[in-house]
Amino acid sequence: MRTGTYAPKPGAAPVGRMIAAQAAFETRLLLRNGEQLLLTVIIPSLLLVLFSTVDVVDTGDGEPVDFLAPGILALAVMSTAFTGQAIATGFERRYGVLKRLGASPLPRWALMTSKTLAVLVTEVLQVVLLAVIALALGWSPHGNPLAVLLLLALGTAAFSGLGLLMAGTLKAEATLAAANLVFLLLLVGGGVVVPLSKFPDAVGAALGWLPISALSEGLRAVLQDGAGLPLAQVGILAVWAVAALAAAGRFFRWE
Amino acid sequence: MRSTPPGEIPRPTPPEPVLQVRGLIKRYGTKTAVDGLDLTARAGVTAVLGPNGAGKTTTVETCEGYRRPDAGTVRVLGLDPVREAAALRPRIGVMLQSGGVYSGARADEMLRHMAKLHAHPLDVDALIERLGLGSCGRTTYRRLSGGQQQRLALAMAVVGRPELVFLDEPTAGLDPQARRSTWELVRELRADGVSVVLTTHAMDEAEQLADDVAIIDAGRVVAQGSPEELCRGGAENTLRFTGRSGLDLASLLKALPAETAAVELAPGSYRLTGTVDPQLLATVTSWCAQHGVMPDQLSVERHTLEDVFLELTGKELRA
Repeated sequence: MRTGTYAPKPGAAPVGRMIAAQAAFETRLLLRNGEQLLLTVIIPSLLLVLFSTVDVVDTGDGEPVDFLAPGILALAVMSTAFTGQAIATGFERRYGVLKRLGASPLPRWALMTSKTLAVLVTEVLQVVLLAVIALALGWSPHGNPLAVLLLLALGTAAFSGLGLLMAGTLKAEATLAAANLVFLLLLVGGGVVVPLSKFPDAVGAALGWLPISALSEGLRAVLQDGAGLPLAQVGILAVWAVAALAAAGRFFRWE
Repeated sequence: MRSTPPGEIPRPTPPEPVLQVRGLIKRYGTKTAVDGLDLTARAGVTAVLGPNGAGKTTTVETCEGYRRPDAGTVRVLGLDPVREAAALRPRIGVMLQSGGVYSGARADEMLRHMAKLHAHPLDVDALIERLGLGSCGRTTYRRLSGGQQQRLALAMAVVGRPELVFLDEPTAGLDPQARRSTWELVRELRADGVSVVLTTHAMDEAEQLADDVAIIDAGRVVAQGSPEELCRGGAENTLRFTGRSGLDLASLLKALPAETAAVELAPGSYRLTGTVDPQLLATVTSWCAQHGVMPDQLSVERHTLEDVFLELTGKELRA
C-alpha cells in the first residue's frame, strides 16, 4: 500500500447504517448456523407436521393443526428470542465479541437494537414458513391479526430479556446447557403441543403463568377460538417482559 | 531530547500528548494490578514493556474505556475514555490480546463488517491483501491459525482509519516472518501519522518499533524514554579489543572523555567502559593506528533494554 494509506480519517458511520449493518450481519451468521437452524426451523416444522398428522396427543375437539399451529408459533418465538439468542450472545461474550464491539463506534444500545432486529427478521421468516406448512395441513386461523402481533411482540420482549439475562450472567457453556434444557422443558410443559388441561389442575394453573404458556394459550385463544385480546395472557407476558428486561439491563456483564 | 528511531522518518511533534495517565490505580478485589501509574505518550510509537502480570493490559484497557480507574486520571486524545467514550471510540483502533470475532464469521466478512461501522474506512480488499488474509478463504474464525487470528485482529484495529491504535501484544505467538510483517505495518502506520501504543514483553520489539518505551513493573512505570536514552542512561557500555600486550593505556585515556575507564584484562585483551559512541570508537581506532596496533576482535557491547529492565527491577523480562 502506498504512503498515506493509513492517514487518519476517523469517524463513526451514521447510527442507522451501523444498526442495519450489525443486524444484517448477525442475521446472516444466525441463518448459517446449523445448530441454530435445528432449533428455530427444523424442530418446530417437524413437530407441527408430526403432531398434526399422527395422533400422538389428544388435542381436544377440532382439527389438531388448529390447536398445534398457535403453540408451534409460540415455540418458534421462544427458540429464536430465548434459546438461540442466549446461546449466541453467551458465546459472543465468552469470545470477546461484545468487548471488541464495545470499543467500536457502535453504541451498546445500538448493538442491542441490532440484536432485536436480527431476532425479528428471523421470526418473520419462521412465521411465514410455519404458516405455509400449517395452511397446507388444513389450518384455518381466526381472530384479529393485530392481537396476534401484540402477543408475538410481547413474547419476543419477554424471551429476549430472559435470554440476555442468562447470556450476560452465566458462563457460555452453562448458558448452552441451560437454554437447551429450558427449551425442552417448556416445549413439554408450556402448552405448546400438550394442552395444559392434560396436567393436574394445580400444575396446569401454575404452568399457565409461564411466558411460553401465556404466549401459546394467548395465540390459541385468538387464532383458534377467534377471541379478541386475551387480557390475562397479555398481562402475564407484559410482566415477564418488564421484569426480564430490567433484570438483564441490571445484571448483564459484557465481559 | 527525542531521537529518530530506525525507520528514518522524523516524528511529528504536536504539543498535546495522545495519552496522559496520572496516578492510575486499579484493583481487582484485594489485588492491585496498577499502582499509581504515570504514563505520557506522544505522537509516534510508544511501547509499554514489562513482564506478564506487570499491569500492561489493565493500563491499556483502562485507556480504551473498558475499566473505570479506582483512582487517578486518564486522558486519551484529550478525552476521558469512560465519560466521553462516544466521542473517543471512532478515533481509536483496538486490538485485544485475543478474541473479538464471531466464531462463525470469516475473516473477510468480519473485516468488511467492521469497516461498515466507520465513516471513511480503508479499502478492505487492499488491507486483506496487505496482511495476507486472502488465504483464509471461506474458513471461519474458530478454524483460523493463531497467526491468522492475530492479523485479523490487527486489521480490525486499523480499518477505521483511527488516530491512535492500541495493540495488546500484537506479535505474541507469531512466527518470525509474521512478526516482521506486523512490525512493518506498525512502521507504515507511524509514517502515515497514526500513533501507536503497544504492549509487549519482547524487548527487541520495543527497540525496533518504539520512539518511546515505558518500562512497567508491578503496576508502575519504572523508567520511560527512547530506547537509546534508556540504554544509555546510568548504565555504561563496553568496548573490547585485543592487540599486542602492554599497551600504554594512560596515553589512550588522555585522548578519551574523562569518565572512560580502560583495563588490560589479560595480556593483550583490553576492555574500555564508558559512553561508547561513534566519537569514542573513532578516537580508539585512530590512537591504535598512530601506535601501530591492529585492534583485533573489536566489539561494542551495547546495553540492551533487557539489561535496563534487569537493573531496574531485578527481574528477568521473560519471567
